[in-house]
Amino acid sequence: MQATNCFHCGDPCDRQLITFDEKSFCCAGCKTVYEIFSTNDLSHYYDLQAAAGTTPKAIEGKYDFLDNEEIIAKLTEFNDGNIQIINLYIPTIHCSSCIWILENLNKLNKNVTNSQVDFPKKTIRITYKQEDFSLKELVLLLAKIGYEPYISLEDFEGKKKVSDKTLIYKLGVAGFAFGNVMFLSFPEYFDLNSSAASGGEYWLNQYQGLFRWMMFIFSLPVVFYAGWDYFVSAFKGLRAKILNIDVPIALGILVLFLRSTYDIAFNLGSGFFDSLTGLVFFLLLGKFFQQRTYSFLSFERDYKSYFPIAITRLNLKGKEETVPVQEIEKGDRILIRNEEMIPVDGTLVYGNAQIDYSFVSGESEPVSKNIGEQIFAGGKQLNGVIEMIALKSVSQSYLTQLWGNSIFKTDKVTAFQNLTDSIGKRFTIAVLSIAFISTAFWLFYDPSKAMNVFTAVLIIACPCAIALASPFTLGNMLRIFGKKKFYIKDTQTIERLAKIDTAIFDKTGTITTTQKSTAHYEGMPLTPDEESILKNTIRASNHPLSRSLYDLLKEQNIITLDEYEEHVGKGLESSKDDINMKIGSANFVGNNITENELDTSIYISSNNAYKGRYVFQNQYRDGLSSVFKEMSETLSLAILSGDNEGEKERLEKLLPKLTPLYFNQKPETKLEFIKTLQDHDKKVLMVGDGLNDAGALAQSNVGIAISENINVFSPACDAILDASKFQQLYSYILASKKAMRIIKMSFMLSLLYNCVGLYFAITGQLEPVIAAILMPLSSITIVVFTTVMTNLIGRKLP
Amino acid sequence: MSVIYILLAISLVVAIIFFVAFIVSVKQGQYEDSYTPSVRMLFEDELVKTGNNEKSEELRVKSKE
Repeated sequence: MQATNCFHCGDPCDRQLITFDEKSFCCAGCKTVYEIFSTNDLSHYYDLQAAAGTTPKAIEGKYDFLDNEEIIAKLTEFNDGNIQIINLYIPTIHCSSCIWILENLNKLNKNVTNSQVDFPKKTIRITYKQEDFSLKELVLLLAKIGYEPYISLEDFEGKKKVSDKTLIYKLGVAGFAFGNVMFLSFPEYFDLNSSAASGGEYWLNQYQGLFRWMMFIFSLPVVFYAGWDYFVSAFKGLRAKILNIDVPIALGILVLFLRSTYDIAFNLGSGFFDSLTGLVFFLLLGKFFQQRTYSFLSFERDYKSYFPIAITRLNLKGKEETVPVQEIEKGDRILIRNEEMIPVDGTLVYGNAQIDYSFVSGESEPVSKNIGEQIFAGGKQLNGVIEMIALKSVSQSYLTQLWGNSIFKTDKVTAFQNLTDSIGKRFTIAVLSIAFISTAFWLFYDPSKAMNVFTAVLIIACPCAIALASPFTLGNMLRIFGKKKFYIKDTQTIERLAKIDTAIFDKTGTITTTQKSTAHYEGMPLTPDEESILKNTIRASNHPLSRSLYDLLKEQNIITLDEYEEHVGKGLESSKDDINMKIGSANFVGNNITENELDTSIYISSNNAYKGRYVFQNQYRDGLSSVFKEMSETLSLAILSGDNEGEKERLEKLLPKLTPLYFNQKPETKLEFIKTLQDHDKKVLMVGDGLNDAGALAQSNVGIAISENINVFSPACDAILDASKFQQLYSYILASKKAMRIIKMSFMLSLLYNCVGLYFAITGQLEPVIAAILMPLSSITIVVFTTVMTNLIGRKLP
Repeated sequence: MSVIYILLAISLVVAIIFFVAFIVSVKQGQYEDSYTPSVRMLFEDELVKTGNNEKSEELRVKSKE
């Protein structure tokens, strides 16, 4: 077998090889897509990027619900009975070939008038004529070429997300005003000592009033639109009796504006409009900088993002009908097709259930269920059609009722006081007392200057640089972490991460990998003939266990089996020459001595004599021991697993001694466990991966979801860590601690600037031009300092 | 009427034109997807290869937006 790769998808063609048009394909699906493309003059797809395709999946009947008018109305963005516009999320979009083919959809179907891809978001916006076309046909067309859209319950219920552009508008307004005010105040800068009285430049003095009032006009939208949020936030803070950082900022903006207006109205000076607009512009820039969102990731997902919109129900007469999942009631008989998600808890009444609960628990191994057994919502059926009877409604199922917990409604942001705000309080008190003391002094000494000094202190002490330190440091860290495949939801998460003292891990899928598994053989050794038959037998099976075992066994020549039979749900049977082998479950091969039920094994018998078994074990992530060892030095650790105790001994060997291990934990008990820790003043980091960790992730101070493929699946969390970077988790925590230290250093720096400014202010010599120099200078220093320091940290990160 | 007024007026008008252009472009969502257009731009040549009709249709669709 030489390594031939599929022309369409690039996967090795070792199971099946189809040659068509002098090209090799790994399956009929890939070949079909190629055929579609080449007959429609779209084979340029393969020139843009080799082997760019995705294998289409069988989807019979899956999209029948798209015939339902009500559902179409909810999904489409625009619908006038003739033309429909829809935005679809297609997870398989990954390269420029994808963009090209999807934007040329009109060549595959004339009814598509326009299609536009948003690559970072992996969405496509399609406009199509409805006459002899429909949403269902569109979705089927996309699925047929390997771009199956992902339509979930969330699309159905959720309101269309509108991105908030106000900050960009405000930034635009502030930047526009800042530039123009700077421009208009230039004459004053060059004309420092020559006022009209002392006979300065004639034409400058002539138009001084005009220039100043124009600056005033420019500053109006800055104060009352761009900077308005600071007043609102300061007011809210004061009403809640909290002195946040916005209080001195709002005070600074207000005093700057009033004093400047007073100055130009009474012709006392040029005012501080340049500093005012510059201040607001820099502050908004800082806000904009920390507002980094990963548009292709979602941190807010709940079960609705994964559940189907509609499901097939069998009515009393045994007829199939499509109903939205919310309408399922207790006692309904539901039909679940291959690859479909089970939306409610129920009892299996027909068919071979092979259920993949990887969404729920991270466990990739499918579970077999017999008729009469309970199956739970969140599982995915892998083996043909099954029928079940619902025992509960969707929102009351084992998994989904977790979202009824109040923790999903509270926002972590509000409960946390960040570093800047806690400094802001002390800062405000200090500034106000300096202002009052110096004013009192001047009232006594030279009352004419008192008001001047009071306002000057408030202006110069406006904590612009302090307010910038945190957004720029954390915003930059967010970017650096993002490059290292650690995607954090917002900057505040970094602050919380730096304060962590306890780390709780889920087991399956979090500290174990889902991609590789290892197996070892127990029992009598197999003869070379038997090994060869074994490998050839499982080659034809699509069962996930057979596939893993197939990859683990050493290469064998391909032989033709005399007989081969697959007993669904039990195992495989094959014979060659005089050897008859059975491969599968313990009962199937006739081994009644099941020694350890907790393990997952494939049993083998040859000519009805039990030979042995392959025991599959969880494969722990590389470097697990060292990560835990490092972390245990500063953090207390624990494992919370939803599984049984089968792996207890192995884990105890791998992990630092006395690491608490808890097994058989339900989603709610995980949540409660973390809550109890928090009641004892612990700052808890939860690392998990499945929907069953969702409660714990939401309850924890920082919830990190580990994901093998960041585009596909992760429960709601504060951060997503790419599984390949698991070993670096601790260094990321340390890096966020360092980031907090940088912020503190920046505070010291900006305080230095404030001291210089305060000297001018208190002595009553604050000229507008000094303020106009000091303020941007301190801001730029902070920005440069934080950028350099964070990049230094980033460079040290592996 | 001094030349200063004219100069100020001109500078203001220019500034406002740019400001309005910025607001309009944000409103149209031009900053929402900063990646795809850079790739799409490179495809225009390929469309010529597959026939002129397609190209003109594509252009028509684009100009409508």
